[in-house]
Amino acid sequence: MADNPTAEMQPAAPAKRKGVKRRAFLIGGVAIVGAGLFGISIADSNASKAAKARVEGEGGHSFATWLKIGEDDVITIYSPHTDIGQGSNTGLAQMLAEELDAAWDQVRVVSAPAESAFANVGLGRGFLADMTGQPAIINGIPQSFLSFIARQMNLQITGGSSALRFTGRMTFQNVGAATRLALVETAAKRLNVPAAELTTQDSHVIHAKSGRSLRYGELAAEAATLSLDNAPKLKDPSQYRLVRQSMQRLDIPAKVDGSAQYGMDFSVRDMRVATIMAAPVRGGKLISVDTAPALAVKGVQKVIKLDDAVAVIGTGYWPAISGLRALSPQFSDGGNGGISTASIFKAQDDLIAKGEADGEAGDGDVQAGLGAKPIEAKYQVPFLHHAMMEPFALTAHFKDGKLNLWGGMQAPLATKMMAVEVSGLDADNVTFHPMIIGGSFGRRLPMYMEIVGQVTKLAMQLPYPVKLIWSREEEVAQGAYRPQSSAALKASLTKEKRIAAYRNDYAQPESAEAETVFPYTLSAVSRRHFAHVSNQQTGAWRSVNSTQQGFYNESFMDELANAAGEDPVVFRRNHLKAGSRHLRVLDEVAARSGWGSPLPAGTGRGVALVESFKTIVAHVVEASVGEDGMPKVHKVTTVVDAGSIVNPDAAMAQIEGGTIMGLSSAIGEAITLEKGAVQQSNLSDYPLLKMAGAPLVMDVHFLNSGADMGGIGEPGVPPAAPALANALFAATGKRVRNLPIMTQAKA
Amino acid sequence: MAIQTSINGKPVALSAEPDTPLLWVIREELGLTGTKFGCGIAACGACTVHVNGEPARSCSVPVSEVAGKSITTIEGLKSADGTLHAVQQAWISAQVPQCGYCQSGQIMAAVALIEKTGSPSDAQIDEAMTNICRCGTYPRIRKAIHAATGQAAKASKTAEGAA
Repeated sequence: MADNPTAEMQPAAPAKRKGVKRRAFLIGGVAIVGAGLFGISIADSNASKAAKARVEGEGGHSFATWLKIGEDDVITIYSPHTDIGQGSNTGLAQMLAEELDAAWDQVRVVSAPAESAFANVGLGRGFLADMTGQPAIINGIPQSFLSFIARQMNLQITGGSSALRFTGRMTFQNVGAATRLALVETAAKRLNVPAAELTTQDSHVIHAKSGRSLRYGELAAEAATLSLDNAPKLKDPSQYRLVRQSMQRLDIPAKVDGSAQYGMDFSVRDMRVATIMAAPVRGGKLISVDTAPALAVKGVQKVIKLDDAVAVIGTGYWPAISGLRALSPQFSDGGNGGISTASIFKAQDDLIAKGEADGEAGDGDVQAGLGAKPIEAKYQVPFLHHAMMEPFALTAHFKDGKLNLWGGMQAPLATKMMAVEVSGLDADNVTFHPMIIGGSFGRRLPMYMEIVGQVTKLAMQLPYPVKLIWSREEEVAQGAYRPQSSAALKASLTKEKRIAAYRNDYAQPESAEAETVFPYTLSAVSRRHFAHVSNQQTGAWRSVNSTQQGFYNESFMDELANAAGEDPVVFRRNHLKAGSRHLRVLDEVAARSGWGSPLPAGTGRGVALVESFKTIVAHVVEASVGEDGMPKVHKVTTVVDAGSIVNPDAAMAQIEGGTIMGLSSAIGEAITLEKGAVQQSNLSDYPLLKMAGAPLVMDVHFLNSGADMGGIGEPGVPPAAPALANALFAATGKRVRNLPIMTQAKA
Repeated sequence: MAIQTSINGKPVALSAEPDTPLLWVIREELGLTGTKFGCGIAACGACTVHVNGEPARSCSVPVSEVAGKSITTIEGLKSADGTLHAVQQAWISAQVPQCGYCQSGQIMAAVALIEKTGSPSDAQIDEAMTNICRCGTYPRIRKAIHAATGQAAKASKTAEGAA
């Protein structure tokens, strides 16, 4: 990802956006208080009127667009975020319901429609979708702050992180509190008592003195006509009843009985199913294809040639994929036919050797500090595939001048805008209907949604609705991969076993500086980025650049500890500031893991400490090497300081899952290239960790330091690979410098 | 010629071509979308159903092979009155799913394992539960299987630190 977070927001498609009404992004009467409280007083804007009409059309009374209270007391929250299973919608509901004093069993969460009204009030939505500029309402807010929000919105996909940290804290808490005040004001008038004598609990306003109470449902109609306080006083955390509790996730029941409807599951009358094959060498074009063999397959109805792909449309997926497999399309390689995994590593080595960095960060005179004989090590990591379990599936239908799309995409409004761009239709004639998402990890971000363009092109020339499904083979071959990356690390040590100077030269498409927090206090440190771009599409992969950097720095710290003859925990301690959060996390993980206590022969412990997305995570991994040469992880002890946690159990699930994804990638995952094309074909040759490979014991502990709320979806990933590599070094004396470990185990 | 089979206890006549994988018949002809497409080559298990009580990866079973057999999908696990299967209930208690896409297959594999072994050990779980979950819910799946079979949880645990 880019240094400049706003630059990342640029979509692959041209910036010109036909038919988008600019005024839709300008909100009348939006209150901006302090660092950013958005969307409270929106009652007068056209956009919010439309949103209100849409929400109230189904009954009930709307407050500040995201919140509706029904006369039956049912409270509906419209989340502007996409919950991909990280529990962010449940967390947001907890935050709003807490301030509202709502009865939790009456709270429902639904996805906000992909309409600009909801985007406007949600800030990031409009900002994300617009992308050609920022809405006028946010002029005057420091760019650094906006970039930070934009960046976090962009990453919300993988964690409750940004959803709760920004939308939750800046907006939903305020909406809940302000709505509560409006309900109290209404009740005071109706009961003819001072508002100060009223309290709220479980969706009731209570007048204890007279023993009377009113339900929120009976107050809602009148309260919804009041202007909301745009700076309501929030609860002191000591009063919390819902926040910080492990409320059961609202989305889970539908995910255990098969009723949850994902994009893959969408169906509409007369719908056909399409599948597609794009140029295997990215950058290539379709030269020619004889369509006859596909058309000969029973159930195949049409073959459509696109600029760089061929699609087969059938009565179902099986005829479509059978037809596609019958074809022998000829593609050009776009001049990229000479690119391979080896050629990329070679080019990265050459760039680093040449020494002309594209960016440098750090402190002190590193060159002098390194001296004549520094300790050196070279590290390499491969492209990684997201491997979301639900392959892309998006349905589109063009009829009577209107285009409708249905599917699970990370940024609904950006999806709509891309369809607007490709179809040439006015934005008012394009509607995207968001559905449940079967995993993403960064894959369904707006910049990589080529499927939106593909299905739009198909739908615009078909008389019936069409669901485009990517085969797993297409998914693996046409990824938006975590970049292949190389690093040359150098350091020198003093006689006192301290680091005198430290250099990290790394080559990959983008600088990692925006995400990398080097926690150690050194007198001379330098991080230099050497920009290397291949023909492959690279993108955000859960925790973005923190996986590579975490592996490089935390492995090399272990090498330095070993060179100094120092215990890895002690060595790290000696370079951390006294009293720092990092030090506390490290000490806690050492204590909880039994660091230093005896282990069975052949088993080793490794530690790694990484801060990403404002959350500090340390893992201690216990691992050994099996008879097959493969690593076996027995136990992971984890300590997390994310500042504070909204839903402890959901947060723990994110850390568990992030840790396992980190271990999985370290052990077995790699996308490799030969002649410009991806060599892996499916999950058979892109091995993901399974039950037997997952650690039997995962001990996760949260330190709630009270620092600013950090992310939770991503930070568990980066320390996993280095902690495992360090454990294997402790067990075997063999240092892992290239991932995945499996490749070396086989070699 | 129609293929006669039984899905979730109901007899059905299927009109699909004989080589069509059972998965696509279940999803597209019968409209039962709880069974998921993940890889198409029996590598991930998202499409797991029961054929005569045995777990099967339906993306790689031609529909012609299930003629006369009894098939159960995730939609068929609930009892007639709508009560969830004990394994589904354990899945909710342990808050297993994240994105949830693989979980129908995981639950079908777990039910088959429990029906076969009664109370599976960790080693039996490792051997039988080979479905992929990219979200990394394995510790909770293990915990839910143990809980559904009356065994104490052995997997992930946590502790809350002082605020």
